[in-house]
Amino acid sequence: MQTEEGRLEPEGLEKTWRFNQQSIANEVDVASRKNQFDLVLPDLGPYTLDYTSSGRYMLSAGRKGHLSIIDLHTLKPIKDMQVRETVRDVVFLHNELFFAAAHKKYTYIYNRAGTELHCLKEHGAVLKLQFLKNHFLLSSINKSGHLHYQDITTGQMIGNYRSGLGRSDVLQLNPYNNVLASGHSGGTVRMWKPTSQAQLVEMLCHRGPVTAIAFHPNGHLMATAGMDKKLKIWDLRKYDVVQTLPAGLAKSIDFSQKGMLATSTGSFVQVLDSQDYSRRYMIHTMAKGYQINKVLFRPYEDVLGIGHSSGLSSILIPGSGEPNFDSWVANPYETVKQRRETEVRVLLDKLPPESIMLDPTQIGNLRNSRKKEKPAKEEIEAEKEAAVAAAKNVSLKKKKTKGRRKPSKVARKKQEGIEQAKRSFVEQNEDGVMKKKKKQKRVTDTSIALQPFVSRKAT
Amino acid sequence: MRVKVISRSADEFTRERSNDLQRVSRNYDPNLRTQEKAVEYVRALNAAKLDKVFARPFIGAMDGHVDAISCMAKNPSHLKGVFSGSMDGDIRLWDIASRKTVCQYPGHQGAVRGLSVSTDGRILVSCGSDCTVRLWRVPLASGIESDDSSDSSDKTLASYVWKNAFWAVDHQWEGNLFATAGGSQVDIWDHNRSQPVNSFEWGNDTVISVRFNPGEPNVLATSSSDRSIAIHDLRTSSSAIKFQMTTKTNSIAWNPMEPMNFTAANENCNCYSYDARKLPEAKCVHKDHVSAVMDIDYSPTGREFVTGSYDRTVRIFQYNGGHSREIYHTKRMQRVFCVKFSCDASYVISGSDDTNLRLWKAKASEQLGVILPRERKKHEYMEAVKNRYKHLPEVKRILRHRHLPKPIYKAGLLRRTMADAEKRKEDRRRAHSAPGSMPRKSIRKSKIIQVIE
Repeated sequence: MQTEEGRLEPEGLEKTWRFNQQSIANEVDVASRKNQFDLVLPDLGPYTLDYTSSGRYMLSAGRKGHLSIIDLHTLKPIKDMQVRETVRDVVFLHNELFFAAAHKKYTYIYNRAGTELHCLKEHGAVLKLQFLKNHFLLSSINKSGHLHYQDITTGQMIGNYRSGLGRSDVLQLNPYNNVLASGHSGGTVRMWKPTSQAQLVEMLCHRGPVTAIAFHPNGHLMATAGMDKKLKIWDLRKYDVVQTLPAGLAKSIDFSQKGMLATSTGSFVQVLDSQDYSRRYMIHTMAKGYQINKVLFRPYEDVLGIGHSSGLSSILIPGSGEPNFDSWVANPYETVKQRRETEVRVLLDKLPPESIMLDPTQIGNLRNSRKKEKPAKEEIEAEKEAAVAAAKNVSLKKKKTKGRRKPSKVARKKQEGIEQAKRSFVEQNEDGVMKKKKKQKRVTDTSIALQPFVSRKAT
Repeated sequence: MRVKVISRSADEFTRERSNDLQRVSRNYDPNLRTQEKAVEYVRALNAAKLDKVFARPFIGAMDGHVDAISCMAKNPSHLKGVFSGSMDGDIRLWDIASRKTVCQYPGHQGAVRGLSVSTDGRILVSCGSDCTVRLWRVPLASGIESDDSSDSSDKTLASYVWKNAFWAVDHQWEGNLFATAGGSQVDIWDHNRSQPVNSFEWGNDTVISVRFNPGEPNVLATSSSDRSIAIHDLRTSSSAIKFQMTTKTNSIAWNPMEPMNFTAANENCNCYSYDARKLPEAKCVHKDHVSAVMDIDYSPTGREFVTGSYDRTVRIFQYNGGHSREIYHTKRMQRVFCVKFSCDASYVISGSDDTNLRLWKAKASEQLGVILPRERKKHEYMEAVKNRYKHLPEVKRILRHRHLPKPIYKAGLLRRTMADAEKRKEDRRRAHSAPGSMPRKSIRKSKIIQVIE
C-alpha cells in the first residue's frame, strides 16, 4: 500500500473533537491545506454538491441556478454557468464529462462544457437524483413521489414506479447492492429495485418524516435521520436498529469510505467515530446563520464537502478517506486516454438491471430446486399400513359395564380405531404443512422495524 | 496532538515521460468493487457470446486429388507435412501452412488403403488393394518446400507384393516394424524384408484396421469385419484378448497420454473408450454422430479426440465426455473417411469423399497468429470466467448451442425417438416378466456380445 492513512491522535487529556480546522491546518502539509476552502457565494444558494467516483472533480449547484464543475487538484473551475431556473439536485454520470441536473420542471443532461444534451421530460419535477454507475441507470424521485429509472446509454425507461407515500426528497443508493432507499414523511424507508413495482423492503424508521439516509460502503449499515430529532443506525442484515442517537434536526448525513458518519444540523457539522457512533470524532461550526444543505465526503481524500446557504466549504477530517485508490476502479490521476479506455471498459461490463437485488452474492449461484423433500409415496403408504396394523392389534380393555362387550360393538370400535389411525395420518400430514408456513412467516418478520407492515401483507 | 491526512503528490502517480508506462496502484478492498460478482457474470456471458461470434473453425480446403480420400498419415517429426492417399492410387504430401501439394508418390494401381510414417519421419509405408506394400522415402524437412519433382524412382525404397489386398497399415512407435491388415490376418513386416516376419490369424474374417500402442511398442489393436476387436502382443505367438461387439468397429485410436486406453469408432454411430486392462467393458460411450463413425484420431494431449463420420460431419469429443464438444460441417463436405489431429493439437484435418482435405481449427474461436501478451492475458481471463460460470443456465445455453444441418438434426431426433421407444419397450417387457429374469444391462456393456480369450 502506497499512501498512508490519515489519523488524528490526541495526547494526554486532549479530545479529538476539540481540534478545530485552524489547528489541523497548522499541522498538515501545504498540499493538504489547499483542501480547506470556503467559497462564499451568498446570492444563489443554498448549494448542493457531488463528487466523481475518483474524487477529483466537484459539481456544485445553487438552488437558484448556479452550476459549476471544479477540478479539485488545480482548484480551477472547468465550467461555471447560470441556468436561471431552480436547480434542486445535480449528479455526475459515469465520468466528469456528463452530469444531470434536476431543474424546476425537467431534468437535463449537460456535458462538461455546459451544453445541454438531453431534456428528460418523463421524470417530471425531480427532487432528488441518483446515478447507478455499474448499470448506467439514472434514477430520480419527483414531486408526486414517482420513482424513475432510465438507462442513459440507450435512453430506455427501465422502471417507473409509484412510491405511493407522497412527496419525498430523500433518495439514497446503497453502494453494496445498488438498491435505492427512499425515505417518506410517514417515517418509513422503502427499498427499490428497477425490475419490480413493489418495494423490496419497507421499514418503519422514525416517528415523523425521514430527512436523510446514508449507507455504509460495506452495505450492512444504514443511517437514517428523522424529524423526531433522532439518528438511527440500522443493521441491514437483520433490519434491526443498532443504535439510536440524539442528533437534532439532521438535514443531511453521509458515511465516509472508512465508515465515519457526518451529520449536519443547522450550521453545525459533527463527524461520528467509525468504531462507535455514539462518540463524536470531530465537530465544525459554520458562521452563524449558514444553513447546511448537504454534507458529502470526498472519495479517497480526508475531506468533507459542505454545501450551505451561502456557498461551499471543504474541511479536513483526518482518517475519513480510503488512502489507496485502485487504478482500475477510480483513478484520480486519470489521463484523457485512460478515461476513454475506462469508458469503453465499463460500458462492456455494464450490468443488466436484473442484477440489482438485496443480496448480490446470489448472482452466479444456481437456484435451489423448489421441490420440497417430500417423503416418497411408498414411505407414506408403509407408515400408514404400520399405523393401521397397530390399530388392529389394540386389545380393547374389558369394560366392567354390562352390555359393552358385545362382539358387534367391539368390532365397530376396532374399525373406528383403524379409521381414526388412517384419518389422523392424513390430518397430521396437512397439519405439518400448515405449521411450516406459519413458521416461515415468523422467521422473516422478526425485526421490529418491519412489524407494522406484516398485517397489511397478510391480508 | 499528532495529525496526518492523506497526502499524495502527483509525481508518484503519473508518469514522468510520455514513453514511460502509466503508473498503476491497486487496492483489493471488496468495498471498492461492489457488484464484483455481477460484473464477472456479465463478462462470462459476453465471453460466451464472443466465442460464438468468433467461431470460424474452417481454415481452408486442400484440393488436388481426383478421387475420394481414403487414408491419411501425419509425419511425427515434421509438423507441417501430411500425407493423403486416395481411391485412385494417388499419394500426396501436403504442406499445411501453404495448403499445397509438395510432392506426389505415383505407383499404386488400385486404391490406397493405408498410410503410415515411421517415427523418425524418414519412411512412408503405404498399402493398397493392389496387394502391394510400398515403402517411400520422405523428403527432409528442410527440402520440403523446394522439392517439386515427381520423380518416383527417387522416392521408392521398396515395393513388396503379397497374397491379399490390404486394408490398413500402421507403423510401430520406436522400431523397425510395421503391421498390415489384409485378408484374415495381421502381418508384421520389417523394413528390409520382402516377406512378413510374423503374422496373426484369428478366424476367417477380414481385418479392417490395425493400430500400434504408442507406449508399449509390441502391442497392437485390430478390428475385423466379424465385429470383433483384438489386442495382440508381438512377443507371443497368439492374440491376447478378443471380444465381439454387436456392430463392426471401423477404426481404433490409442490414447497417447494414457496408453492403456483406446477408443473404437463403431458402425453404430457411437465411439467406445476401453481400458485394455479391464476388457470387455467400455469406460465411456461417446454418442452424437448419426451415422457410422469412419475414423478417429487422438489429440497429442490425450484430452480429446476427433472423429469423422459417414453423416458428413467431423466431431471433437473430450476423452471422457459422453457428447461431442464441437461439430464441424460444411455444405460441400461429403462423407468423411479419415481425420487427423495435428501434432500440435491445434488443427484438425479431415479427408472426405469429395476429394478434398479440409483444415479446421481444433478450438473453433481460437485466434490464430501471434498474440501479444496483453491480448493473451485477456483471452485467458475470459476463458477462466467462462469456465467459472459455465454451469449457469444462461451461459450454458450459449456455450452448448451449435447449428446443425437439417438432415443431421432430423436424424438425431429420429435416433433419440427410436432409443426412447426401445427403452420403453424394454421397460414394459421387464415389468411383465418374472422379477430378475431381465436384469438391466449398462450401455457400456450391452453392446458387447462375447469375449474370446
